[in-house]
Amino acid sequence: MYDAPLRKTDVEANEIKISAKDVQVYYGDNHAIKDVSVELQDKTVTAFIGPSGCGKSTFLRCLNRMNDTIDICRVEGLISLDGEDIYDKRVDPVQLRAKVGMVFQKANPFPKSIYDNVAYGPRIHGLAKNKAELDEIVEKALRRGAIWDEVKDRLHAPGTGLSGGQQQRLCIARAVATEPEVLLMDEPCSALDPIATAQVEELIDELRTKYSVVIVTHSMQQAARVSQKTAFFHLGNLVEYGETSQIFTNPVDSRTESYITGRIG
Amino acid sequence: MTDATSQGGSRPNARPTTSLTAVGSRTKKRNASEKRFRAYGLAAIGTGLFFLVVLLSAIVSNGSSAFMQTFIEVPVYLDPAKLDKNGNRDPEDIAKVSTFGYSPLIQNAVFEQVQDKGIATEYDDAGDMKALISASAAAQLRDRVIANPDLIGETVDFQILASSRVDGYLKGRVSRDSITQDKNIDAGHLDLVDALREDGTVHKSFNFAFITGADASESRPEQAGLGVSMLGSFFMMLVVLFLALPIGVAASIYLEEFAPQNKFTDFIEVNISNLAAVPSIVFGILGLAAFIQFAHLPQSAPLVGGLTLTLMTLPTIVISTRASLKAVPPSIRDAALGVGASKMQSVFHHVLPLAMPGILTGTIIGLAQALGETAPLLLIGMVGYIATNYPDGVISGFLSPNSAMPAQIYEWAKRADPAYYERAWGGIIILLVFLLVMNVIAIILRRKFERRW
Ligand SMILES: Nc1ncnc2c1ncn2[C@@H]1O[C@H](COP(=O)(O)OP(=O)(O)OP(=O)(O)O)[C@@H](O)[C@H]1O
Ligand SMILES: [Mg+2]
Repeated sequence: MYDAPLRKTDVEANEIKISAKDVQVYYGDNHAIKDVSVELQDKTVTAFIGPSGCGKSTFLRCLNRMNDTIDICRVEGLISLDGEDIYDKRVDPVQLRAKVGMVFQKANPFPKSIYDNVAYGPRIHGLAKNKAELDEIVEKALRRGAIWDEVKDRLHAPGTGLSGGQQQRLCIARAVATEPEVLLMDEPCSALDPIATAQVEELIDELRTKYSVVIVTHSMQQAARVSQKTAFFHLGNLVEYGETSQIFTNPVDSRTESYITGRIG
Repeated sequence: MTDATSQGGSRPNARPTTSLTAVGSRTKKRNASEKRFRAYGLAAIGTGLFFLVVLLSAIVSNGSSAFMQTFIEVPVYLDPAKLDKNGNRDPEDIAKVSTFGYSPLIQNAVFEQVQDKGIATEYDDAGDMKALISASAAAQLRDRVIANPDLIGETVDFQILASSRVDGYLKGRVSRDSITQDKNIDAGHLDLVDALREDGTVHKSFNFAFITGADASESRPEQAGLGVSMLGSFFMMLVVLFLALPIGVAASIYLEEFAPQNKFTDFIEVNISNLAAVPSIVFGILGLAAFIQFAHLPQSAPLVGGLTLTLMTLPTIVISTRASLKAVPPSIRDAALGVGASKMQSVFHHVLPLAMPGILTGTIIGLAQALGETAPLLLIGMVGYIATNYPDGVISGFLSPNSAMPAQIYEWAKRADPAYYERAWGGIIILLVFLLVMNVIAIILRRKFERRW
């Protein structure tokens, strides 16, 4: 089977943070997510794996209603956060996104200074009472994003002037600065070197103590290292969902097995 | 196709192995076509530049003389017996003396100068000097005296505006041959001008009045200036700027960022693009119908002109604003929404600042277009209005009839007196300077707002 080192995980029954039931997503006529039902636990890292184009990002974007911004996208089914339907008419998606933060597949820092990038979220949510507090939040976020040491001397340099990997870590710092309850990360390490990847994984592990983290990844090793739960998507279907250790050692579905052993992808 | 089998090799259509330095026939062909394309490009640019140079040199050579004007500099004795019969310097009494009271004084002054210098001339009467002097000189002298009544009784040095024939003679437009049929001036006058020119009494100097002055009647081209119609254009541009920019930008932000994609917004979109291509005269008749006939706004007023030009400029601004909003990468919007910014916050904090250079450039180009537009003004009565009076204040600047720079230029070009021809070209120079300045501002703003990171 798959023989990457498995991290010892404590997967006793955490509370359900997000639950999805019979979710269908259509891009126009393209049925991108089919009948997906899944329950994501609090204080847990859940990895979404699956071949390219299978709908991982699409499903992830349903969880904080980022798909609202795509005109042709239609979401059906029930998704609830802490038992509340997030697609309810009364729900303000902006409030939802403050609770459910997101790191995107492609690094997308604002064309502003590094400091302003991180400070933007806390500013619009009024998390800091004064400049000193804001400075503190920014420093803490940059430290958690594993980029503080590299940028502490040029906080007012443009964020877009950083390298690709640094930009991605800046985006992670920006996302954690608003103290979300759930952090959605779409391939956060695809542009990072092994050292930065290790730092981000450490961060994810640390975030798990407080938040629920969902990470999309193409790296089996990474999924095995950081996650407690794994969901395998294939052609818009959720094929298998369960304990990471179980998925990687003893998958039930043959498609899962072929994918993690590298036979389909 | 078939040579792969005929060679019997396993690789069909294998590339022949040749030296890198040997130039194959395909390469030669490709290089030749590339060279040809570059030559076309150079030729196109060369042609454009050639015409630009021709145009500019025509404008400068025809128009620059409008900025110089001929003056006769003589001491004028302000005779109290004529200007203030009661001798009490009462401003009301002084104001009662019309320009007819001043004309003889000026003519005398010129005649005395001629006699003092001992210039031999066939003329023996001060009245004969009239041909040299602009009809507006008396009014200018009168204005000066009314402004400062203490001058009465003194002899003041006065720059008398020369008549347009004399001005034309100094500029080479009028010659002894061309005036044989002219009732206004004789060859003897020109002899006199030659003599006076030698001792410096008659000279050309820079003509500020052309830039700041008001338009004059048909018969006084030497007095005509662009100043009043420049104010007309200025007030129109204020209207356009303060209406078209906010409306245009708000409409584009709504359409681009907030409006749902449906048939209705598609319809609006198509129509905005079409509006940009509508001939400007159509906007003119729309302005006539809507603002003058329906809303009863005053005719020929810069407010109406500005409103009409706003209609014309809006599509330009909307199109360029939408293009620059579209050019902002969607990932920036996602990033803002992802940290919990509202749609409006993401637009105003992130998208709009990034689109700003494009919006400003589009706006200024739209304004420049509006500044040079003549056709719509034709229909709302701004073309043909003789702009001889400055507006009294800001409100009358918007509401009292006025002309506009391009309308004034058209008006001058239409007039019979050839002296107006040079003024039309001069007006073009001023208009182009304005456009140049606006473009420079656009470039500076672009540089300032552009983030190269
Ligand atoms: N904005 C969009 N408009 C239309 N179709 C889309 C859009 N985004 C995704 N799709 C379609 O939805 C399907 C799932 O795409 P998605 O981006 O979720 O895949 P993914 O699993 O994230 O792939 P990858 O691993 O390459 O990121 C694909 O077939 C894709 O073509
Ligand atoms: Mg993806």
